[in-house]
Amino acid sequence: MEVRTTWAHPVIRRQKRAGLGLWTGLVVLLIALILLGREHGFGPADFAQFAVDGLQAGAIYALVGLGFVVVYRVTGVINFAQGGFVMLGPMLTVTFLGQRTTAEALQLLLSILRAVLLTGLVGLLTYGIALRLRRTALPLTRIMITVGVYLILQGAALLIWGPRPQVLPAFTTLSMQDRLLVVGEVVVRAQTLWIWACAVTLLGLLAAFFEFTLLGKAMRACAINRTAARLVGIPADAMAALAFMLAALLGACAGIAVGPVTRPTFDMGLEIGLKGFVAAVMGGLVDIRGSVVGGLILGVVETLWAGVTRAGFRDVIAFLVLILLLLFRPLVPLSEEA
Amino acid sequence: MERPLPALAVFTLLVLLAGGLEVVRPFGRSLAGLTGGLLTLDTLIRTGLLTIVLVGLNLLMGYAGQVSLGQAAFYGMGAFWSAILTVRGPVLGLSPSLVQAWWWPWLVMLLGAALVGTFAYGVGWVILRLRGHYLAMATLGLGITVYILLRENLGLPHLNLTGGFDGVFGIPRLRLGPYPVWPAERYYFLVWLVALLVIALGLRVVDSRVGRALRAIHGAEGAAESVGIPAAAYKAQIFGLSAALAALGGSLYAHFQAAVVPATFGFVPSLELVVMASVGGLRSIWGAPVGALTVLVLGDFVRTWMRGLLPTMAGEVEGILFGFLLILVLLFWPSGIAGRRRAAEVVL
Repeated sequence: MEVRTTWAHPVIRRQKRAGLGLWTGLVVLLIALILLGREHGFGPADFAQFAVDGLQAGAIYALVGLGFVVVYRVTGVINFAQGGFVMLGPMLTVTFLGQRTTAEALQLLLSILRAVLLTGLVGLLTYGIALRLRRTALPLTRIMITVGVYLILQGAALLIWGPRPQVLPAFTTLSMQDRLLVVGEVVVRAQTLWIWACAVTLLGLLAAFFEFTLLGKAMRACAINRTAARLVGIPADAMAALAFMLAALLGACAGIAVGPVTRPTFDMGLEIGLKGFVAAVMGGLVDIRGSVVGGLILGVVETLWAGVTRAGFRDVIAFLVLILLLLFRPLVPLSEEA
Repeated sequence: MERPLPALAVFTLLVLLAGGLEVVRPFGRSLAGLTGGLLTLDTLIRTGLLTIVLVGLNLLMGYAGQVSLGQAAFYGMGAFWSAILTVRGPVLGLSPSLVQAWWWPWLVMLLGAALVGTFAYGVGWVILRLRGHYLAMATLGLGITVYILLRENLGLPHLNLTGGFDGVFGIPRLRLGPYPVWPAERYYFLVWLVALLVIALGLRVVDSRVGRALRAIHGAEGAAESVGIPAAAYKAQIFGLSAALAALGGSLYAHFQAAVVPATFGFVPSLELVVMASVGGLRSIWGAPVGALTVLVLGDFVRTWMRGLLPTMAGEVEGILFGFLLILVLLFWPSGIAGRRRAAEVVL
């Protein structure tokens, strides 16, 4: 409980009313989509299926969004390279597995661990090399630098892994074919359960980290006031680097969890990263709870939209929501920003 | 910069010289032969096309200080507008004799620029309320939305207007009465004529009341408004202008390439434009041709080199080059090649 209050930025509370209109809008959209779906002859079972698929996608967006929130709160940078981290996770796992489509449980676990740690290192380097050099630069310059990092990651992935989708074995069966659980008329992949479990565990760990460890508390102090934190002896720079590493770890885990479902490709980071960003913006870019709820809602709305209208338009909704969000939800400015 | 006319004259001479070289071919050597394959006519035409787009982007980003990460969308809107109206006319119920007329593509081109400009002007009123990060993200969202619409046939699969992933091909060459503006040497002169006019326009805008107002908005929007500059109107106008220029460039691109595919106008191309603008110098109209040429030549060079290194390589390997270029320029050379040092810190 404490986590929520300490992470809620004071400005958010004042802006709750403004955000209310937005949430109402989303709920109206949801109801409209459901009504439209009924018109097209979708039954309750179809909607349950949409909900399961939507919550699966939403959990991923929420995790990716958390990466944005952690970096933004501690450093004031929107980290565009987040999508690149999400892509690196599953790609590295595939490589560590030796490109095989089946694997031993232990082998998979070890590969995942190594991939996640390596991605974390990349996150650390991203900050250490690209952003530290021009700490004084305007926020926009720094965001462009992270765009450059994303391009490098994507280009490097294309060079290393080529343009074809890779295959990551499902966690339950340890092969390409995933087990399907049928509940009533709804089909749930075993991997979906893994994704949810992964999201809940990571959220819990993150909350515990910020609440109970000294390091986490130091990072929170930096998020609240960087100068004051530095005055009491917290190395703000190291905390910023750590934030980037945390974001990379979260991104890598999200990418690996969803890997068996979507088949990782070198350019998967852009779309998933942007949707994670949309989730983060729903929480005003600073609110963990808001961005988790935002991610889940985005996933459900998007899946419903794709089911009710046409599949190819699936991606449009996220970006329309993004533009509307940016326009109507007043965002929380960080005190450090000019 | 203080004396734009002599610079413009020198630049025009350079353009004529390069074009003349290609037409006359002294001692049987083409431009590509003289420069060891580094500078081809194709590259120069592309430079001209991108110059048209980048002048608009420089006005928007360098002078008015408004970021656009979706500029390729406007480029694509122009290209597809021309492609659809010249190739798919019959589907839209246009009479064949109209579509066949030599002046039809020219009219379409101008209409397209005007329409896209108006569209961007309208959108600009809304999204230019955002600042910094958020504007960047909103333009990015806009760009990707347009790209998806192009890819998905605008949601009208039965008409097959944009051709989906495959795009539109068989776009006719431009004609002036009975004379085709083709082969490529002729097209070179057309593209650069337009590009030079656009550069001249850009230089005029920068050195006018509007240009000073834009710089004031960039420096401090609140202060600019307090002395009576209607910032919102100016921002929307310059956004519209930059989009119209991008659409014009896109139309010319469509008639040059004779085929357009949506992938040319996605996210990486939008960033490519930003990289070109930053390399050339955001706060300089001359940064447009300089940046376009530098990045194109570097890209060609890297692509050839990578192909030699990894013969099986496919896809946009030059993305990695853009990433490095962007970071290096931002870190160590924020003024860009053509920009002046003094203005450097204000940019971005």
